[in-house]
Amino acid sequence: MICVQRTEIAIVGAGPAGLSAAASAASAGAAVTLLDRQEQCGGQLIKQTHAFFGSEKQYASVRGIDIARLLTEQVRALPNVEILNEATVLGYYQDDGVLAFEKDDRFQKIKPERLIIATGASERTLAFPNNDLPGIYGAGAVQTLMNVYGVVPGRRVLMVGAGNIGLIVSYQLLQAGVEVAAIIEAAPKIGGYLVHAAKVRRMGVPILTSWTIKMAHGQDAVEGATIWQLDEKWQPVPGTERELEVDVICIAVGLSPLAELLWQAGCAMKYVPELGGHVPVRSELMETTVPGIYVAGDVAGVEEASSAMVEGRLAGLAAAQSLGYGLTDAAGLIEEAQRQLESLRCGPVGEKIRRGLAQVGR
Amino acid sequence: MRIKEHPILTFPERKRVKFTFDGKELEGYEGEPIAAALHAAGVRVLRHSPRLNRPRGFYCAIGNCSSCLMVVDGMPNVRVCVEKLKAGMRVETQKGKGDLRAKD
Amino acid sequence: MLEKTGVPTEQDLAGVIPPRERLARGPVAVIECFQRIPCNPCYTACKQGAIREFADINDPPVIDFDRCNGCALCVSKCPGLAIFVVDETYSADRALVKLPYEFLPVPARGQEVDLLNREGRVVGRGRVERVQNAKVQDRTLIIWVAVPKELSMEVRNIKVGDCQ
Repeated sequence: MICVQRTEIAIVGAGPAGLSAAASAASAGAAVTLLDRQEQCGGQLIKQTHAFFGSEKQYASVRGIDIARLLTEQVRALPNVEILNEATVLGYYQDDGVLAFEKDDRFQKIKPERLIIATGASERTLAFPNNDLPGIYGAGAVQTLMNVYGVVPGRRVLMVGAGNIGLIVSYQLLQAGVEVAAIIEAAPKIGGYLVHAAKVRRMGVPILTSWTIKMAHGQDAVEGATIWQLDEKWQPVPGTERELEVDVICIAVGLSPLAELLWQAGCAMKYVPELGGHVPVRSELMETTVPGIYVAGDVAGVEEASSAMVEGRLAGLAAAQSLGYGLTDAAGLIEEAQRQLESLRCGPVGEKIRRGLAQVGR
Repeated sequence: MRIKEHPILTFPERKRVKFTFDGKELEGYEGEPIAAALHAAGVRVLRHSPRLNRPRGFYCAIGNCSSCLMVVDGMPNVRVCVEKLKAGMRVETQKGKGDLRAKD
Repeated sequence: MLEKTGVPTEQDLAGVIPPRERLARGPVAVIECFQRIPCNPCYTACKQGAIREFADINDPPVIDFDRCNGCALCVSKCPGLAIFVVDETYSADRALVKLPYEFLPVPARGQEVDLLNREGRVVGRGRVERVQNAKVQDRTLIIWVAVPKELSMEVRNIKVGDCQ
């Protein structure tokens, strides 16, 4: 027999956004059920060994691994949060508002009054000959293997992509004693923070902008790669090919929101390249076009963990407030969260995000 | 290869367990993903693709992409990047789509 | 060019290197942060009030070289590891560079190491004078390395051999 559990607010995903949402909603007084498929909360923070940017309010200068621990402790200390780890949400039934999940090999259901979706994003891949060879891994995958499980991916790596993930994972590969042959970037400029770029450059790793991968080589697994240069129209220039002997190729070409649940729930979606793909249309309080369903973090648009935490706080507060909780101070806290988001996004690196967000207002 | 020393991280002592990969005995840590144990033992090819029979390894390592499907204790299509290693597990390279009937 | 290579140009550096008179007076921080990004821990870390409060968190840091005493507290607090302390008064021919370091092996005091520039090229040999590893640094070590004086604005990393 399958009985349906009930809760006031269900949150899917216990990464920076989901944990922050749980903390703010429960602090306002709501009963919260937080579901995550991993055995440990923290989402992708659990492999981020570097210190974060932002201000003290977003744990700046604290390592991601420690932010995961701090946020998890904060949520665990709240008696009105139930954390379901190793619970994989499988679907959302629009007709009756039931969320289905698998835990302990059992199909289970929960019916929340409000739902916050904070499922994050997945790594993109890149099309080139032999891109399916073993040894070609998402950069985040290599980070997981190395920093969570203590296994190095190989001996010598080609990093494809000089955004923050490409730069950070390159640095972490060096910390684990793995050689990085080069970081290549198809765009004419480094996409990630230049301070991250400087850290790998002074370790002697070249960053080649306007370069891309032509193909990978190898029989059963990667043994090498051919890279070539791009002209100002992003077209490869024949004759510029270079061979690199590498046993790992890391793909760091961006993330796409993991939005399946939002589609199932019938939320209005919009394709916004600036935000990483299909993202939900939502209000300033992070509520989608389906009343009672909120979003936070990368699933709402790929950005930084710092803004994911603030979005989570905002969505948690708004959901709790809509249930009648925290009415005395919610307005002030919501305003404060919105102010923080604005300040995180107001600089040149937030320009793309601002352009994307301008397209998804409800 | 396993990281022995790291400037930021420490990896706690874990329990070593034996398992088999295509009949060969290997060792790994209990509770780590099967893919991590295999990678540490130098195994990168986890399956062969259904149509073109191409070798495949893992790609995302967090259970999103299904690149790492293997046969574990007779059960095909197990995502070994998130399936935890237990003592005595029988892990096999998956060829093609996998056959559920083969389990019994 | 910085955006293409990850290495600041002489022009970029000219805007952050302390004036000669200040360098002649002792240790001082050099903040090699050239991009507007949302980040301000250097300001909150500085006990001397030398790093000006950020009006906009995206502003690049502004340092008052006269207030900075080269204590290096900001060096391990900067998430970008972009702050170095340079002391050109260290000896007649040597300057001291205090740099952030998050690799193994950790050098020993007195050890000779390769000196690397911002591109990771070896530009000389230097001696490790001290290794700072206080709890507040949270695993970002600060290595004090004595370098030929003319390399004080070149050396930004070290390479440690396996044995002494």
